[in-house]
Amino acid sequence: MNAEPRRRPRLAVWKFASCDGCQLTLLDCEDELLGLAEQVEIAHFLEASSASEPGPYDLSLVEGSVTTAQDVERIHHIRAVSRRLVTIGACATAGGVQALRNYADVAEFQAAVYARPDYVATLATSTPISAHVPVDFELRGCPIDRRQLLEVITAHLAGRRPAVPAHSVCFECKQRGTVCVTVAHGTPCLGPVTHAGCGAICPAYGRGCYGCFGPGDSTNFPAFVPLLRRDGMDTLDVVRVLRTFNTAAPEFDAASRKELDR
Amino acid sequence: MATDAGGSAVIDKDGLDALVAVLAGRGRTVIGPIVRDGAIVLAELGSGADLPYGWGVELEAGTYRLRAREDGAAFAHSAGPQSWKTFLHPPRVREWSADRSADGDLVVTEETGTPPAYAFLGVRPCDLRAIAIQDRVLTGGRHADQGYRGRRERAFLVAVECTDPGATCFCVSMGTGPAAGPGFDLALTEVLDAGGHRFLVRAGSEEGESVLADLPRSPADPATREAAHERVAGAADRMGRSMPPVDLRTLMRETLTAGRWDDVAARCLTCGNCTMVCPTCFCTSTEDVTDLTGDHAERWRHWESCFDLDFSHLPGGSVRESPRSRYRQWATHKLGTWFDQFGSSGCVGCGRCIVWCPVGIDITEEAHALHQERESRAARPPGPESPA
Repeated sequence: MNAEPRRRPRLAVWKFASCDGCQLTLLDCEDELLGLAEQVEIAHFLEASSASEPGPYDLSLVEGSVTTAQDVERIHHIRAVSRRLVTIGACATAGGVQALRNYADVAEFQAAVYARPDYVATLATSTPISAHVPVDFELRGCPIDRRQLLEVITAHLAGRRPAVPAHSVCFECKQRGTVCVTVAHGTPCLGPVTHAGCGAICPAYGRGCYGCFGPGDSTNFPAFVPLLRRDGMDTLDVVRVLRTFNTAAPEFDAASRKELDR
Repeated sequence: MATDAGGSAVIDKDGLDALVAVLAGRGRTVIGPIVRDGAIVLAELGSGADLPYGWGVELEAGTYRLRAREDGAAFAHSAGPQSWKTFLHPPRVREWSADRSADGDLVVTEETGTPPAYAFLGVRPCDLRAIAIQDRVLTGGRHADQGYRGRRERAFLVAVECTDPGATCFCVSMGTGPAAGPGFDLALTEVLDAGGHRFLVRAGSEEGESVLADLPRSPADPATREAAHERVAGAADRMGRSMPPVDLRTLMRETLTAGRWDDVAARCLTCGNCTMVCPTCFCTSTEDVTDLTGDHAERWRHWESCFDLDFSHLPGGSVRESPRSRYRQWATHKLGTWFDQFGSSGCVGCGRCIVWCPVGIDITEEAHALHQERESRAARPPGPESPA
């Protein structure tokens, strides 16, 4: 069988409101980066190269949240020129820590922070990519996990579903043999309501999970929040731990609002 | 009490050290309890000195705390966060890999290699039964798990009878302890009294006898036998929990529509911890991974859980969408339909699911509540809308 010359799929990496950490995770794939460049044509990745090729693209990785009117236009364009669109990280998937603005008055922030607030054109909210365009897959994490990013890309190349489970972090703690920090130490931990994917790093070092992968696919906050309180958190602590990188994830948002309404 | 036809003896702490050394000297990886991260976990023992001398545990639903003991006992603790399935039925196993050859053919490579030869030191009677249950599940049917079989057949089991049950233990209800049932190579009973810190050892297999013969030991004297017997019998009277004294299989079958399932579902986090600490839960899922070139693929098997939505995902969605259906599936399988499938209960009364549930859901409490709900329903005169 003669192999026909294969067109390499074209990859684009985009940035919206974000810290660039998730894009850096792609550059962090040092051992795999050359192999990746052989398999895909990296057509647009400004973090790595200023040379940018026009679309269309087979796979677009989108980092960051939508915070300006230009962002809204740009994400629609990216969607139009991308066969698959995958969000990478908490900003693109849930709005990021900058979604804290959703609870506040942005004009007030602008006035307090900038000498000339009239130079700043921004939306009142920070929203995930999925609030604007259809998204094919959302990769969680702040930042994303290197192995999971490679899994998403290789799954795309092979035309298969990525092996990225949506269950709780507890699965990962138990599989790696970590002693439960809540049960054995009384440490508050968001593991039972948080999406797996990091490999349960924090509990392995005796810390509670702080939910940087956002909510898992099966959460029960009314049963869970009393645990945080038992282990020493007051209302403000509970709201703070839910309002970090995934503050605008619907489950975290609803739970934190409910706490404040108590 | 189990017979000790295979021979018995008394060893002291030096004898226990020698046991670890003899087993290691026979090429075995010796796994036993050690203190780590605020718990008594199972890990490779470098020597008998690694054992948790002077440590006990205080258990409650959703709570586990290490407690120092003045008596210096090595085995006065109950089930910890892991069970032996971590070693016999590991969380992640590669089943095969495949490579695309130059001519485009697929070459599949099975996982081969000699399985590890484990010696487990400190297998509790409930866990001894749990291993027997997993033997039945994983190797007793038409499609035996050869990887499990390899690890299991080579494993040497040193049971340790329970003398200090935890507040979450209910092995007496399940008929699995605190005395060791069959299946051990050696069984130890720890005795601490005026006669000293010593262990009654009984051999349950030829290899057990041969290992025992290599240890510094003294004959099993009547006083030690009597003290060992009393301590285990005393443990049976100090169970922290019990199941309702009814046929649990029937109870599960007759309470499928009970309101209690809604009650427990309101408390359940569906986090899956109970299934992963359970020494008999065996469910796995497979995942196929490829490398960037697509020329190399691997199939991995990993622990799965009936609490994972994805586990019951079929075309059209998850079959067990509600937490109620997932908890009920777990409990009714464990206590009821396990009999239909494998001829025994799937619960051994170790209490791990109670301790390691972050919100402290207690399977014995749920069973009692289901029992009471059935009783009160039966006591009510049938109304016009009661089902026949």
